[in-house]
Amino acid sequence: MHIVVCAKQVPDTAEVRVDPETNTLIREGVPSIMNPYDAHAVEEAMRLKDKYGGKVTVISMGPPQAEEVLRQAISFGVDDAILLSDRAFGGSDTLATSYILTNGIKKLDEQEKVDLIICGKQAIDGDTAQVGPGIAVRLNIPQLTYVMEIVELNLEEKTIKVARKLEGQKEIVQAPLPALLTVVKDINELRYASLPNKIRAARFKAMVWNKDDFPGIDPEQIGLKGSPTAVRKIFPPPERGEGEIIPGGMENPEQATATLVEKLVKQEIIADK
Amino acid sequence: MSEKFDVIIVGAGPAGLSAGYILAKNGLNVIIFERGDHPGTKNVMGGVLYRQPTEEIIPRFWEKAPVERPIVEQRLWLVDEESVVTIGYRSKGFGEEPYNNFTVLRAKFDRWFAEQVADAGGLLITETVVEDLLYDGSRVVGVKTGRPEGDVRGNVVILAEGVNSLLTQKAGLQKDGINSSQLAVAVKEIIALPKEKIEDRFNLEEGEGVTIELVGHSTMGMMGTGFIYTNKDSLSVGCGVLISQLVEREGLNPNELLEYMKSHPAVKKLLQGGETQEYLAHMIPEGGYRAIPKLYRDNVLVVGDAAMLCNGVHREGSNMAMISGKFAAETVLAAHERGDYSEGMLSAYQRKLENSFILKDLKKYQNVGLVMERNPQFFKFYPHAINAALEEFLTVDSIPKKEKQRKIWNYITSRRSKYEIVKDMYRGWRVLG
Repeated sequence: MHIVVCAKQVPDTAEVRVDPETNTLIREGVPSIMNPYDAHAVEEAMRLKDKYGGKVTVISMGPPQAEEVLRQAISFGVDDAILLSDRAFGGSDTLATSYILTNGIKKLDEQEKVDLIICGKQAIDGDTAQVGPGIAVRLNIPQLTYVMEIVELNLEEKTIKVARKLEGQKEIVQAPLPALLTVVKDINELRYASLPNKIRAARFKAMVWNKDDFPGIDPEQIGLKGSPTAVRKIFPPPERGEGEIIPGGMENPEQATATLVEKLVKQEIIADK
Repeated sequence: MSEKFDVIIVGAGPAGLSAGYILAKNGLNVIIFERGDHPGTKNVMGGVLYRQPTEEIIPRFWEKAPVERPIVEQRLWLVDEESVVTIGYRSKGFGEEPYNNFTVLRAKFDRWFAEQVADAGGLLITETVVEDLLYDGSRVVGVKTGRPEGDVRGNVVILAEGVNSLLTQKAGLQKDGINSSQLAVAVKEIIALPKEKIEDRFNLEEGEGVTIELVGHSTMGMMGTGFIYTNKDSLSVGCGVLISQLVEREGLNPNELLEYMKSHPAVKKLLQGGETQEYLAHMIPEGGYRAIPKLYRDNVLVVGDAAMLCNGVHREGSNMAMISGKFAAETVLAAHERGDYSEGMLSAYQRKLENSFILKDLKKYQNVGLVMERNPQFFKFYPHAINAALEEFLTVDSIPKKEKQRKIWNYITSRRSKYEIVKDMYRGWRVLG
């Protein structure tokens, strides 16, 4: 079984701030990390490999320094990692990115047939959740999004059954392989890399594929040219106001509770009996 | 793990990286373990990097390394409650190549230093804690890390683990452990200030730097010092005191001590309008010559802070770390050539230290710690007395100078007898001279 995981290098948004004057992200000095959801995707692929055997390949599109993310994937124990990097790929939006990654996956598929593709549910910088589904559509394979558990993988029947995380419920669905999953953090706990893999990662040099490695790629569909999305404005969300404190809870708890219930009913947060 | 390394280094601080750089340059297969995310994230120093010892590892490093400012002036402040006596030395030459020393931020410098080691062929493994040495019988054959399948074998282990020398102790090289009178605790803030403000306030040309060491009331009379160093667009401001003295002041913690120092009128003006960006704290090995552990055994060497190589009188430490790392590397190269890593072979490291400024200086000051600890007047009374004397002497109030001198002398001798003053001078001369 050959599993491909798509991973993206993102700025650590916990440390990104918005410049209040220009409304642009201050990226200077912000450390880059592997998109956290993608880390769970790599972990899940490794768990499947540990259980069923096979091969895991991680693929990323980004500038040369995105190799760092692939190195982290190697420390998880994946077999190989490929970087898609070219100036011509720069400025790609989700549409162009999914096109380029699809080309990369097709090339991997030619080398060794791909059975399963796993992505994170979204990247924490753009939060679009479009690239994974975009790849599935381009490859014309089923997409199972927000996966919180792989219930069953049947290699003979070539099917996969998963639990999807929905609001307040989960949905069990099944699809034929090959399929594409996007995963949420609940799916697993990340491993603590073994020392041999950590050493392998420190020495790892990723194979880089550029535009010329894809003779059939359409130059109109990559980079800025292939990206119809335009960012109109970036702004920080409005700060939350202070919460309301209902007074008198110590002296007269019944009265305070009644006031609270009345407010919650009025705002239709709880039902009126 | 089946791969065997020539050298395993524990800790990617100044000592470990210096050793690693030289060994890797000479073609040995070196692995360096660092518990932080990156080198420089776990270690702390005031912020002065010495040019000459650093050049013994990487010539003309300042052309590429992230240094902050070359230091052209060093000031010493004797601090009283609301006043200060300043002594200083400034030299134009210190601001020109090859420079004397620089302020640096470890987080930036060590990361750069580690890249040089990696480029030389050293293998740096971060986020990995070494938990113990690996033995075959009584022979050290490698280290155990906290990771799965985490044992690594090597011919020799260099312990550059820093002040909290757990492995050195486990290896039986520091049998009595370390105690609170051998350790200082230092806290430090990095306070952002615009370049121009720093240069105006500290009387500097563009790009130049200054260091100020504070002695006296700034540490509330405890044995220790404060410091203010200029970086490119921030100040490193901190203080350190002996842990054994701090714990005697119940309820006082190091942050409060730093806040107190920052509130001194002479300090406050320098920091005004600055924004605290980082807060750091660390221990400093102040045990001196007598507290130095055994520095070698079969297949093991100890360098840097783990070896207690720190000179509190001259606030030197990083230079001793780097040079001890260099000596350890040279010793290992000789051992590698012969294929002999026995205690006898590695004892060459001890001799190199003895013949250098490192053990010569530490031996010279071996009694300073004890004498200063037992004689708090050096940090309490004398800084105050010098301030009081100058206040009297510089106040113009139509009193004849002769009478003023008598007044000063009477003020001092009424608080400390002539006999004790003579004894203190003798003590000071004995331990420092």
